[in-house]
Amino acid sequence: MKLYPNYFLLTVFLLVSGCSSTPWVKPYERANLADPIMSFNRDPVSSSYMAHVYEAREGSRGAGVAGGGGCGCN
Amino acid sequence: MAVVVVVTNTASKALLLLLLLSLYLVDINAAVLPEDRADALFHSYDGGGVEITGPSILVRKGFGDSVSATINHYVDNVSSASIDVLTTASPYSESRDENSIAVDYLHDNTIMSVALTESVESDFDASTFSINFSQDMFGDLTTVNMGFALGDNIVGQNGNSSFNEQATTRNYRLSVSQVITKNMIMAFAFETISDEGFLNNPYRSVRYLDPTTPVQYSFQAEVYPGTRSGNALAVRARYYLQHRAAIHGGYRIYSDSWGISANTFELGYTLPFRTNWILETSVRYYDQSKADFYSDLFPFQDAQNFLARDKELSSFNSLTLGAGVSYELDNKTWRTFKRGSLNFHYDYIQFDYDDFRDLTQSGSVGNEPLYSFNAGVIRAFASLWF
Repeated sequence: MKLYPNYFLLTVFLLVSGCSSTPWVKPYERANLADPIMSFNRDPVSSSYMAHVYEAREGSRGAGVAGGGGCGCN
Repeated sequence: MAVVVVVTNTASKALLLLLLLSLYLVDINAAVLPEDRADALFHSYDGGGVEITGPSILVRKGFGDSVSATINHYVDNVSSASIDVLTTASPYSESRDENSIAVDYLHDNTIMSVALTESVESDFDASTFSINFSQDMFGDLTTVNMGFALGDNIVGQNGNSSFNEQATTRNYRLSVSQVITKNMIMAFAFETISDEGFLNNPYRSVRYLDPTTPVQYSFQAEVYPGTRSGNALAVRARYYLQHRAAIHGGYRIYSDSWGISANTFELGYTLPFRTNWILETSVRYYDQSKADFYSDLFPFQDAQNFLARDKELSSFNSLTLGAGVSYELDNKTWRTFKRGSLNFHYDYIQFDYDDFRDLTQSGSVGNEPLYSFNAGVIRAFASLWF
């Protein structure tokens, strides 16, 4: 039990330091990621509409890339 | 459950100092607000006897370095002769107007957003307030989003002015997008949604066996529970291919207190070609199980406390095949603007129901053909960045 705090702090330290101060993908390596074709939601007005199309006709909802509103579903 | 860390020895103290130091050294590159843009979209849905068309106009404009606002005007013009309408009512037309305004405020690497949406129909008014926090961290490799939305709905019934019910919806959302490699990004999203109030569609009915009628069945009004809570968990990924192309995939799992569980699979491919063109193709498969209180045919009237024959609560699957093309206008074409694009998308959706029967077709009671239909969805829009 006495070693638990060491392991906990070590894990948090590795996660925080490993992810932060020296990111494994450097800013100058992110040209491909910055390309608009890599965006999860490139055209919000379009993806929001498709989310509404599905939400009105399915029993499930949530955790999409865009939100809809209202109903218009009969 | 709180985790209490007890610093018991020198090693722990050293690690704690390193942890604090590493937090201090986190590479803070300020987040950025989305670019100013304007979109004008025409949408059309045609399937299952339902036609819905209308515009959606969205404008996003920045004010100074730290504020950006969006307004959106959206219209659904509905003309419906759906299977539900043909079975128990008469074809109708109506429209829905939705207006929303959102403001994003940027501070360091945090974006705080508030939004208000108002939707008005002849028999359904909805207002939704939402707040969202987005934080870039870990050298901008990770973005964490937390959001909450509160929706108040007023449900009416055309032709019955005394009908007035209310429903409230609360959404809690947490999502993380994570850079995996210089060519891959992933996103994880979790959302829990709770509803309370009148959750029925006031026009829909369930059918039950009734030997006293010529068709052997009758209808009665649906009865839904007054509460519902559901959870959705999604994971998505995009991968950049050589020669500028991208593939993406996603999976979402959903379940709720009404007994519905659902799976959604998505795959897509984006291919720029020549100088200004982008081609997109996608496929989406969805399946869900029925609500516990759903039945196509109940054995008798008031057979149970809760009754539903809403096909959205039945067991079914759908398959979507989509294709889209975009033409990008650079600033040599449009000197007034940074750039623009013209876009056209078409999606074909096939719905196949496992336990919802088509009562417009002949068949002995309870053995009518299962219902299925397809729909075509068009999105045609122009975007300008300025």
